[in-house]
Amino acid sequence: MKFVDEYRTEDGAAQFLRAIETTVTRPWTLMEICGGQTHTLIKFGIDQMLPRAITLVHGPGCPVCVTPLELIDRAIAIARRPDVIFTSFGDMLRVPGSESDLLSVKAQGGEVRMVYSPLDAVKLAQQNPEKEVVFFAVGFETTAPPNAMAVFQARQWGLKNFSILCSHVLVPPAMEAILGSPRNLVQGFLAAGHVCAVMGYQEYEPLAPKYHAPIVVTGFEPLDLLQGIYMAVKALEEGRATVENQYTRAVTRAGNISAQKLVRQVFAVTDRQWRGIGKIPNSGLRLQPEFAAFDAETRFAVGDISATESAVCIAGEIMQGLKKPHHCPVFGAACTPEHPVGAPMVSPEGACAAYHRYGRGFSA
Amino acid sequence: MCLGVPGKIMSIDENAIGMTMGKVNFAGIVKEVCLAYVPEARVGDYVVVHVGFAISKVDEQQAADVFSFLQDMGDLGELNIPQPE
Ligand code: SF4
Repeated sequence: MKFVDEYRTEDGAAQFLRAIETTVTRPWTLMEICGGQTHTLIKFGIDQMLPRAITLVHGPGCPVCVTPLELIDRAIAIARRPDVIFTSFGDMLRVPGSESDLLSVKAQGGEVRMVYSPLDAVKLAQQNPEKEVVFFAVGFETTAPPNAMAVFQARQWGLKNFSILCSHVLVPPAMEAILGSPRNLVQGFLAAGHVCAVMGYQEYEPLAPKYHAPIVVTGFEPLDLLQGIYMAVKALEEGRATVENQYTRAVTRAGNISAQKLVRQVFAVTDRQWRGIGKIPNSGLRLQPEFAAFDAETRFAVGDISATESAVCIAGEIMQGLKKPHHCPVFGAACTPEHPVGAPMVSPEGACAAYHRYGRGFSA
Repeated sequence: MCLGVPGKIMSIDENAIGMTMGKVNFAGIVKEVCLAYVPEARVGDYVVVHVGFAISKVDEQQAADVFSFLQDMGDLGELNIPQPE
């Protein structure tokens, strides 16, 4: 496949690895933000090929992992209503709420459907005028333009039976929360390429010098990640806290202007709760007042939700780079992909699922 | 959720309310994709597609960057370190 296969060659990987080995002189801890990148790093064994001096920790860029439990419980309550068709990306269906998950609601007769695109949910609303169609709008800056377009289109079609349950989050405030924490261990970041394809990378430019942490906008294929790691290590070794772009084939400094424009029209910045991490100021998106009619949270009063988190799950510490999945006492024992205790064991972008699937962190 | 996949635009058209849509080929699998966010893209261009939306055009010239970077490092001798037999 063009623009995929050529970034997976062993030769290229060996060259980057050698370059990293000759550059590194002391221990460094890097965090990749995006769960998709975590998965590639573990799947291709890049974490194990790197010099021991380099530690990769895995960031909060897993939408399924950071969506608050309270909202998952709310989604479940809405999905149980007989007048509702509840739609979501597939990853969200298995995330454990306080007592249940969306798949169980479906098994009990609720209309829960997996969609590939938010526009599919809009189409369902058109085809089922007697039903309320709700879309679970989660994710980072990458899903915000598609979800904004879905709401915008629903308004243009004059749909009265479409709404979204919105839990959008933004990457730069989370990076700042990690870097600003007194417990922080992260010295350099691989920023998520597709988030930057949408937003550009100007927002990172004040962060890097403020926290003395180089930030490299990085793509998703093995060679992209190796080059990103090389660039970050080189910057660290040279004492530079700069923002660099590895992923030039898809990312420009300004990002995708037309996408940003619609996102701003439909959504406003708001404080958000991150599951396992807590509230981060200005770290999310909510609907603009002009689009309030499409807000499922106000459309469906489902009463007070009191969410109860698992007492053992350490997902929050993992996503802040303080711990690794196998430091969790129930990793691979009580918590497995078949019976997940926490969200990072569910999503293919979750660090716990990646470690489990590719056999990391089990004692030999 | 943020995994974008590169595909080639086969055709471009508009839906009933004027939104630019297109057929995009991912190594043989053709999907209907919203192209509203890549107004500059033309048939034959590659775009990164994410949940049914093209979020950026793949810059064919920049795509060689990774390899010219490797080439330059090689030329500079940074990689000419002795390898164990
Ligand atoms: S292994 Fe399971 S319980 Fe432990 S941190 Fe990961 S998701 Fe949470």
